[in-house]
Amino acid sequence: MSLLLKNKEGDKRLLMGNEAIARGAIEAGLAVATGYPGTPSSEIIENLSRISRQAGIYVEWSVNEKVAAEAAAAASFAGLRSLCVMKQNGVNVASDFLLHLAESGTRGGMVLVPCDDPGALSSVNEGDARFFARMLEVPLLEPGDFQEAKDMTRWAFALSEEIRNFVVLRSVTRLSHASGMVSLGKIPRGRTQAQFRHAGALLDPESGPMISCLPGAPQFTHRRQQDKIRTAREIFETSPFNYYEGPRRPEVLIVASSICSLYSREAIAMLGKAGKKCGLLKMGTTWPLPEKFLQKHLSSAEKIVFVEEVLPFLEENVLMLAGRWTRGKGPKSYYGKNSGTLPSYGEMNPDLIAEALGKVLAVRRRPVRPESFAAKAGAFADNAAPRRELTFCPGCPHRASFWSIHSALKLDGREGFVCGDIGCYTLAAFPTGFNSLRTVHSMGSGAGLAGGFGRLRAFGLRQPILAVCGDSTFFHAAVPALINAVHHQADLTMVILDNRGTAMTGFQPHPGLPVNAMQESAPPVEIENICRGIGVETEIRDPFDLKGTRDALLSFLEKKEGARVLILRQACSLSPEKKKKNSFKVRVDENACRGERCGCNRLCTRIFRCPGLYWDNRKQVARIDDVVCAGCGVCASICPAGAILKEDAV
Amino acid sequence: MKPGLKNPFNLIVTGVGGQGNVLASRILGNMLALGGFQITIGETFGASQRGGSVMSHIRISPGSTWSPQIPKGCADAIVALEPAEGVRVLSDYGHDKVCFISNTRPVYPAGVIAGGAVYPPIEEIRSGVLSLVPDALFIDATEEAIKLGRPILGNIVMIGALAATRLLPLDRKKFRVAADKFAGSDSLDYNLKAFDAGRRLFQTAMSRRSRPAYPVTRRS
Ligand code: SF4
Ligand code: SF4
Repeated sequence: MSLLLKNKEGDKRLLMGNEAIARGAIEAGLAVATGYPGTPSSEIIENLSRISRQAGIYVEWSVNEKVAAEAAAAASFAGLRSLCVMKQNGVNVASDFLLHLAESGTRGGMVLVPCDDPGALSSVNEGDARFFARMLEVPLLEPGDFQEAKDMTRWAFALSEEIRNFVVLRSVTRLSHASGMVSLGKIPRGRTQAQFRHAGALLDPESGPMISCLPGAPQFTHRRQQDKIRTAREIFETSPFNYYEGPRRPEVLIVASSICSLYSREAIAMLGKAGKKCGLLKMGTTWPLPEKFLQKHLSSAEKIVFVEEVLPFLEENVLMLAGRWTRGKGPKSYYGKNSGTLPSYGEMNPDLIAEALGKVLAVRRRPVRPESFAAKAGAFADNAAPRRELTFCPGCPHRASFWSIHSALKLDGREGFVCGDIGCYTLAAFPTGFNSLRTVHSMGSGAGLAGGFGRLRAFGLRQPILAVCGDSTFFHAAVPALINAVHHQADLTMVILDNRGTAMTGFQPHPGLPVNAMQESAPPVEIENICRGIGVETEIRDPFDLKGTRDALLSFLEKKEGARVLILRQACSLSPEKKKKNSFKVRVDENACRGERCGCNRLCTRIFRCPGLYWDNRKQVARIDDVVCAGCGVCASICPAGAILKEDAV
Repeated sequence: MKPGLKNPFNLIVTGVGGQGNVLASRILGNMLALGGFQITIGETFGASQRGGSVMSHIRISPGSTWSPQIPKGCADAIVALEPAEGVRVLSDYGHDKVCFISNTRPVYPAGVIAGGAVYPPIEEIRSGVLSLVPDALFIDATEEAIKLGRPILGNIVMIGALAATRLLPLDRKKFRVAADKFAGSDSLDYNLKAFDAGRRLFQTAMSRRSRPAYPVTRRS
């Protein structure tokens, strides 16, 4: 049985942060979970979807984050407990609805979990979703370790029901994707009956309609919302998730939240004797801030250091309160991002914090290893460990697609360009995709930008315009942009890289597939039907057919007016259906390989760059690495000398 | 529980996306948790499927939760599924007394395949590392796994080798339990074979040594 359902109270298990959050929701009696995949958040919904049947819960990968939030809110309106999960960028998408939801309030406990990615380890930005909690005027929780990830999630549902509004529980990559020990709690039995009560008085929170705001009358709903946040502040004053550890009168008081509290504790230990002068105020409830609690602790020290990721959210909110406390308390020195003591971009780590504390305490840290080792090892690594850029996987359909796009644009010769989007294919901004993408922004923005460029004919823009997006991204946010392009007669060719799943984040299903998150069969919504339905000329090709793809692209590029769609359909090489099933056995004919000798410029290894190919320096020929090659056979059509041979794999 | 283990003991497993780095760290973490240790694992694997560097930081403690990032220069053991990644981690987190065990099989970065960057011959890597860490060990984990018919099990061979150092309480029984959780039932057998092969490779490598290197004494 899945660890998430083991009903052994008190058992201690090694859980990933995302598993701990999922378990916390199960311990809270979760009924409905929705989300849109995005690193580092995806494993929460994935884990829940795996146990959906046994646990009797409904789990959905929604078409996008806004719809996910709406689905979760509906469950809450019907009295059920619901969870809504997304990565930081997803909150931007959902925020329109959330701003309304915050005002109408909720019924069954509803918890919104954004997982931020400080350092943008697997994102295109490092947005700090905490600011939404303040803007939306809803409570914000930040678990500081794995146990808290579970316990705070469970508690968040109760808090949500107490104040009748949703609660934001913010995780970060280093919590979501890290693992630690969690002692399990009880899983409740029984099921809540869903019922939406709507016949009561307009403003009755129990049985009235759920309407966000009465026009021109914020004194009702908006004021009620602010009463809720005041209640939350009172509750937070005594929350066990905020606590202090350290000497009674520390020289330096560190105020930290989320995973930074673990880093800070470690940094204090790293400072040895000097560290004994530091205290750690670990904050778990970071909006609204418990003022009396903070005031009490801040009065114990003269120097305050804020440690958090990414922006100075905690710092500025504490400073705002501190402005009211100055009388009789004497001035303090505040250190953090505003003072330049710590950076307001990128991840934190124990080293950064120890260094900052050292500066504030005016002590120098003893080096942890001989300086000579560091210098020598560093120099050696510069030589022996070449940089590892990200590449498409061996056998990835995107490499083939961009090969065709790249060569079609070159043949066309009018400086055409590609507006990119979010997915594995974002890597096509780099050499692995022949530097094809010239714009990359948020999901669906490739089509939107291309549509904008496509209307600049009147201003003399003559370059052909392409947009690419993946299958999941198409459904998520590209459809409105495509409709807009059609209606406004923008000139563009949209290429949909349909690799049959949300590959980047681990093959979560989307509306185009015949299954849903719970692995039940579901009616697929066909991309081509949507495109043709809105009147776009649509063709479908297999990107592994390089010639067919290029010809289709060239003929589209020639037509100068209006929008066209080319669907390049081929499953991701890591997809479960393909993994370990090579279509071809591929090898290089040493005698035919021209290599550096006569001008193919080592097209296969230097330009096409599939990791399944490598260059044998001794023999000066290309070779296939059988351990790596996925047997797609595409490189056989790349080689101008016909030196790469493929035969059907048995 | 092993008495006298440094608190925390800092273990790094590193490699390249697709080598089973994350799985290896999960198995190790679970084996140690079975031994009663408090484990924290920090991972960078967001881009792991697409050929990037992957690294897991495993903190092993008798009773406290440590941060998911090991401070620079503070690794106690480094297990490299890929030699160049081992070198990279050694430079950031290592020191001359670190326990360093590396696979010998390179995974070439795209820039090397394309011809711009150079990947030095494994002999050069080996001698460079030995000049930094005299007790470093290199074993042919992938070759051994290929012999078993499952090249992907190079990661398990490496776990076997680490277990054989006896730096950490990683016995075969715990491996069986932990591997059973993650590997499909049909592959448990292969996993055990790979684990044993790793232990054997370690022993062979040690018997060729002029002086016994393990258990090494580590700085506290
Ligand atoms: S995961 Fe799939 S889509 Fe992504 S790079 Fe690899 S093969 Fe391509
Ligand atoms: S057949 Fe060629 S292009 Fe396809 S995975 Fe193998 S080496 Fe790469």
